[in-house]
Amino acid sequence: MELSFQTVLSQVMLGLNNGVFYAILSLGLAVIFGLLNIVNFVHGALYMLGAYVALLGYTMLGPLLGKPDFHLNYWVALIVAPLVVGLLGIGVERTMLRRLRKFDHLYGLLLTFGLALIIQGVFTNYFNVSGDAYDGKPESLEGAVNLGFMLFPKYRLWVIGISLLVCFATWFVIERTKLGSYLRAGTENPELVKAFGVNVPLMITLTYGYGAALAAFAGVLAAPIYSVSPVMGSEMIITVFAVVVIGGMGSIMGSIITGLLLGMVEGFTKVVYAPASSTVIFLIMVVVLLVKPTGLFGKES
Amino acid sequence: MNKSIWAALLLLGVLAPYVVYPVFMMKLLCFALFAMAFNLLLGYTGLLSFGHAAFFGGASYITGHLVKNSGLTPELGILGGTLFAALLGYLVGSLAIRRQGIYFAMVTLALAQIVYFLALKLPFTGGEDGLQGIPRGLLFGLIDLNRVYLVGGRPLGLNLYYFVFAVFCLGFWVVHRTIHSPFGQVLKAIRENEPRAISLGYKVDRFKLMAFVISSAIAGLAGATKSLVFQLASLTDVSWHTSGEVVLMTLLGGVGTVLGPLVGAFTVVSLQSELSSVGSWITVIIGGIFVVCVLLFRRGFVGELARLLKRTL
Repeated sequence: MELSFQTVLSQVMLGLNNGVFYAILSLGLAVIFGLLNIVNFVHGALYMLGAYVALLGYTMLGPLLGKPDFHLNYWVALIVAPLVVGLLGIGVERTMLRRLRKFDHLYGLLLTFGLALIIQGVFTNYFNVSGDAYDGKPESLEGAVNLGFMLFPKYRLWVIGISLLVCFATWFVIERTKLGSYLRAGTENPELVKAFGVNVPLMITLTYGYGAALAAFAGVLAAPIYSVSPVMGSEMIITVFAVVVIGGMGSIMGSIITGLLLGMVEGFTKVVYAPASSTVIFLIMVVVLLVKPTGLFGKES
Repeated sequence: MNKSIWAALLLLGVLAPYVVYPVFMMKLLCFALFAMAFNLLLGYTGLLSFGHAAFFGGASYITGHLVKNSGLTPELGILGGTLFAALLGYLVGSLAIRRQGIYFAMVTLALAQIVYFLALKLPFTGGEDGLQGIPRGLLFGLIDLNRVYLVGGRPLGLNLYYFVFAVFCLGFWVVHRTIHSPFGQVLKAIRENEPRAISLGYKVDRFKLMAFVISSAIAGLAGATKSLVFQLASLTDVSWHTSGEVVLMTLLGGVGTVLGPLVGAFTVVSLQSELSSVGSWITVIIGGIFVVCVLLFRRGFVGELARLLKRTL
């Protein structure tokens, strides 16, 4: 097969588009893991919830309020969904995860797995598994931009841009500000940080809420691209787990870069050998486990 | 544990098909065996595998293929499925033990997903439909597993039932012997304190890998048998839902107890058949049980009972 430079480049760009979702989600997992020491299995379901807040806000909120012409604006959804889901996350942390802190970390994984089943199950009951289209894409993001080598949809370009911005802002706050230094200190030694008068439990709650909000934010961004379905989260989370194993959860920048790179590799595989594109990330995980078991950015433990 | 308890359980297993619907009993036995295999890892070695459906479902497909398309007798088909699961367990295990704790769970989940993709794409698996109409055939070329006996006016597939019960007992015996062998003691030492086991000179990785292979082989045995009972190998068998279900069965019954997986499998399988009318709400119920179990009784039914009675069960 003749591979033109242009086809490769355009698939890699589309891959980058998936990559920013991997980056945001694995970043959220890494932030939560850093402070709470749990793997947030419900992350995929929160991402799905974010997409559904946007979808239902657009289609059902109006009729529900008695104003059939009302559609929740995309930009408003981009703020509201993370807030709603973030608050839900805070509730989960306060009522459930907090009680598990004394026990083995595996219980956190099991609890969040149960929550993921509940959320996914409820949505499977009311919505089509094959998914619904979200029609609320703002007009200003319709159309395509000429990148020189390809016509790229404006909306996808926006998704890549805003996601990178959010990722790097999160990195900046955690690695370069005073608040971030508290967080990092809390990761290393919570007892000592408590002794300095920092409210560590509150910090943990807010961190979990922020991670949940990030997932919902990604969900809203995804809604106009992929169809919104109850299983979109569980399909995503398993891939993101592989991303996290490859990158290691120890480094914020590491998880961002790994997510972006793997998205592009996946896009590249689509041109070279399409059937492998759904498994290539898992195969890379196998290679990384063989060569550098701690992950690309992992620290020796 | 008390000999009389064993005798009572054995008698229960022998008499069950005359009282309970045999297909329910066989499903229970297959899942109980699956949960026991899983418990060998989580309960006795401290490894949480989130990809055990790959062995259960993988063996189910291989057995189905061998019996249906290659015309092997059922016992050879099951043997083939079990060996496949052991081999797969060796591959997955050698990769997964390179990471500890939470990463171990994620690695097994991701590797199991590769098996899921293969089950979806490979030519002999039937894709979305799965492998249907797997024949039960003649055991050892002699005993017809389809044969039905009329007992008190009810048709009972006793040949199949007692075959499944025998397979279950074999699997149970292997798991039980493993736990109570010197090898099993080392596994428990690894669970309790891995650095100390290393400092005592044990090659911990080898023990973990061996435990993983035994566990996946038994999980495969359970899946292979299941494919003959239901005459079906499906994508559900290899999906992460099934991996989660076996975790729940073990957790609910009691991690690290001999009888726990049996009790857990009984609870979950009964729930599924009782609540089959509620459709996909069952996922919500299963999730709810997970949450309640993790928050309120982490020892599981048998574990809590053992604590009350102050003895090991």
